[in-house]
Amino acid sequence: MSIETMMKEFQAIAYNPNKQLADFKAQGKKVIGVLPYYAPEELVYAAGMVPMGMWGSNNKTISRAKEYCATFYCTIAQLALEMLLDGTMDQLDGVITPTICDTLRPMSQNFRVAIGDKIPTIFLAHPQNRFASWGLQFCIDQYTNVRKMLDQISGHEMTDEDIRNAIKVYNASRAARREFVKLANDHCDVVTPTLRSAVLKASYFMLKDEYTAKLVALNEELKKLPVCDWKGVKVVTSGIIVDNPKLLAIFEENNIAIAADDVAHESRSFRVDAAEDGDPMMALAKQFADVDYEVLLYDPKSSENRRGEFVANMVKESGAQGLILFMQQFCDPEEMEYPYLKKALDAEGIPHIKLGVDQQMRDFGQASTAIQAFADVL
Amino acid sequence: MAKEVSPGVLALRKVVDDVHADARKAKAEGKLVGWSSSKFPCELAAAFDLDVMYPENQAAGIAANRDGEIMCQAAEDLGFDNDICGYARISLAYAAGKRAARKFDPETLEYIIDPNSGKPLKDENGKVIIGEDGKPVKDPKTQQPYTVLVDIHEIEALPDGALKDKYWESIKPYRQMRIPQPDFVLCCNNICNCMTKWYENIARMCNIPLIMIDIPYNNTVEVHDSNVAYVRAQFDAAIKQLEELTGKKFDEKKFEQACANANRTASAWLRVCDYLQYKPAPYSGFDLFNHMADIVTARAKVQAAEAFELLEKDLEIAIKEGTTTTPFPEKYRVMFEGIPCWPKLPDLFKPLKANGVNVTAVVYAPAFGFVYEDLDGMARAYYKAPNSVCIEQGVDWREGICRDNKVDGVLVHYNRSCKPWSGYMAEMQRRFTADLGIPCAGFDGDQADPRNFNAAQYETRVQGLVEAMEQNAMNKEG
Ligand code: SF4
Ligand code: SF4
Repeated sequence: MSIETMMKEFQAIAYNPNKQLADFKAQGKKVIGVLPYYAPEELVYAAGMVPMGMWGSNNKTISRAKEYCATFYCTIAQLALEMLLDGTMDQLDGVITPTICDTLRPMSQNFRVAIGDKIPTIFLAHPQNRFASWGLQFCIDQYTNVRKMLDQISGHEMTDEDIRNAIKVYNASRAARREFVKLANDHCDVVTPTLRSAVLKASYFMLKDEYTAKLVALNEELKKLPVCDWKGVKVVTSGIIVDNPKLLAIFEENNIAIAADDVAHESRSFRVDAAEDGDPMMALAKQFADVDYEVLLYDPKSSENRRGEFVANMVKESGAQGLILFMQQFCDPEEMEYPYLKKALDAEGIPHIKLGVDQQMRDFGQASTAIQAFADVL
Repeated sequence: MAKEVSPGVLALRKVVDDVHADARKAKAEGKLVGWSSSKFPCELAAAFDLDVMYPENQAAGIAANRDGEIMCQAAEDLGFDNDICGYARISLAYAAGKRAARKFDPETLEYIIDPNSGKPLKDENGKVIIGEDGKPVKDPKTQQPYTVLVDIHEIEALPDGALKDKYWESIKPYRQMRIPQPDFVLCCNNICNCMTKWYENIARMCNIPLIMIDIPYNNTVEVHDSNVAYVRAQFDAAIKQLEELTGKKFDEKKFEQACANANRTASAWLRVCDYLQYKPAPYSGFDLFNHMADIVTARAKVQAAEAFELLEKDLEIAIKEGTTTTPFPEKYRVMFEGIPCWPKLPDLFKPLKANGVNVTAVVYAPAFGFVYEDLDGMARAYYKAPNSVCIEQGVDWREGICRDNKVDGVLVHYNRSCKPWSGYMAEMQRRFTADLGIPCAGFDGDQADPRNFNAAQYETRVQGLVEAMEQNAMNKEG
């Protein structure tokens, strides 16, 4: 199969989550919706069910969700609720609702109330003070609740061995995605920003073992290609989610490649692996504790600018000439860390632009002008 | 609207003034001064005799003094988006060294008066004097200099002398614009997670230690043992950090005293709040917002408990004598949901007064009135903050005070600053109406940024609420 065909297959999946959901259900599988961020998807897999990511939608408009939300909430959360209300998600067997930001905290209540008895919601509150034994224990307690609820939905108890196996599957998948991101940089002529995004996005709608097998095959093919001699510019993308094909097309129109990303929906979600031996619940808690350089999570070394410097370093190491930050409207965690990201970038002489986006954007004229102007100065 | 101020209210004001004066003194003496989130367990800092200031309370004060906009703008100029909570923006600008100051002429060192400021001048009959331009003449005694932004780091860098001294003096003199820079920060994110990164930013700006107590969101009315254990362990860790910071040992006695004081303050606060159950109420619930400063900045101090107890006595007398400090006859009673729009208090009050609407319930009453018996109880108490509880608990708190305080309607502030607070408000409104049979009206506003409030919309919504309450009353009678 050609590289192109392989990537198109990922793309077809990434753009048709509904079909995936229907197919899984037709196969008699149970499917659990997983809202952002950092839910232990491994547990869903270990329970023999299919986790599907719910990161809003680029094709929907907020309408019913208005009955629950004031306007000043991000579209990701609002559109997730919209899809729970408009029937898109009716086939789900459960939804995991993490609560790590100030939007998701009250939204967890809206999700639970709005879908009522239709779909069970599985509440999850991660610890921010997550490093010491008691932080890990709290995380384990929370994950144990999730585990029990999943057992109820699946109708059988997952074993520790099931979880260990799931961790292996997920570690392999994360490793494959990390490798793909590197290869996408080396072969950015073939792996366009649109295709790069689609390949990564598909992971949210597939069982991870199947996904990984496909991705490893793609990676092998990519490795055979000569490293491309890119004549355009390269950037690092940053933000919560950068998956809108229209937006990504602007990159291609301006010969901009994505060298690496600091995107929550992409690399931030697969940077950290879990231990494959020992107590698997502890392994998952430790994995969460190890998540670092994250706008959503507490950094005990807060008097340093670790996250800003980490991202600046990523730009340098990936060979990018600048950074494009896609700021989701109303996302205060991202907004809060912007001044120090800017500081770190400025200190390294790395140019950047910040573009406001949301998932209801349909007209990218302004973004196009800004990106084009940015590419010209790089 | 000159109100006679009761001894209790005076005592409460003094408590807060003293807390600020003590912190300024401590700083001058080279002692550590911390900044703390409003629902960080202050009992812990009290055990170390630490002076602590409260950025949320400070921001509210700055907003009420009409400097919210200039400080918010200063934060935006530092790169903080205007979507971020106004308290956080004001506090971050302050932490970065920005101050609202009075403009002066650097040559003469004289303040430059803003001709648009001040109140109209009145003649001996109380009539406004109109000038030659057809506009009211301003009373020069009430006129103020222009407000400008200064930066303490830039002032510090100036050569010593009269100009530098004048700059220091020009910083607005009210206490919230004069709180000392922090030597450490105490963060508890029970009310919002915005707190976490806000305090991290302060720690970074000032290069100081941060002590973090994380209280994750809770989905059940009950606080489970697992959650209590997590918070208890964090108390212990915070104590260790405070020992390292201060070089002192944790003083159990002082801690117990602080807990006893906090309990006493909370109980007295609750009893004061309960006076709003009387019909007509002896005071306006808006006054409770003013006393929040005491609950936030001084609840572990015996003086705060005593001052609330004094206020309680004042209220007892008011009830006996049938008096009230509400400056209008009470026709309707409402719950005010949310934090008020501090920069717009007069605008908030105006249509309420015009329609005889008294605020007789505010959510702060149950939210800050927590009483506990032991450390586990303290962990449980801090778990139940306004924005950390599930919808069932949130509704229950509010419906409880709506019933007890006999409200006829609910006025809901959709607070642009506070996502965690406004997040499930629409569903709550539906429940209030379903469970209590009372109308609700929402309006858009902001606790600190005056740019997000629209007085016309607010008046219309209040009008709508009044009509609905009227209709409700008629239906009941009919
Ligand atoms: S986009 Fe921002 S505000 Fe929205 S859910 Fe994600 S982190 Fe929270
Ligand atoms: S609780 Fe709301 S108003 Fe208070 S600091 Fe947090 S976001 Fe701001």
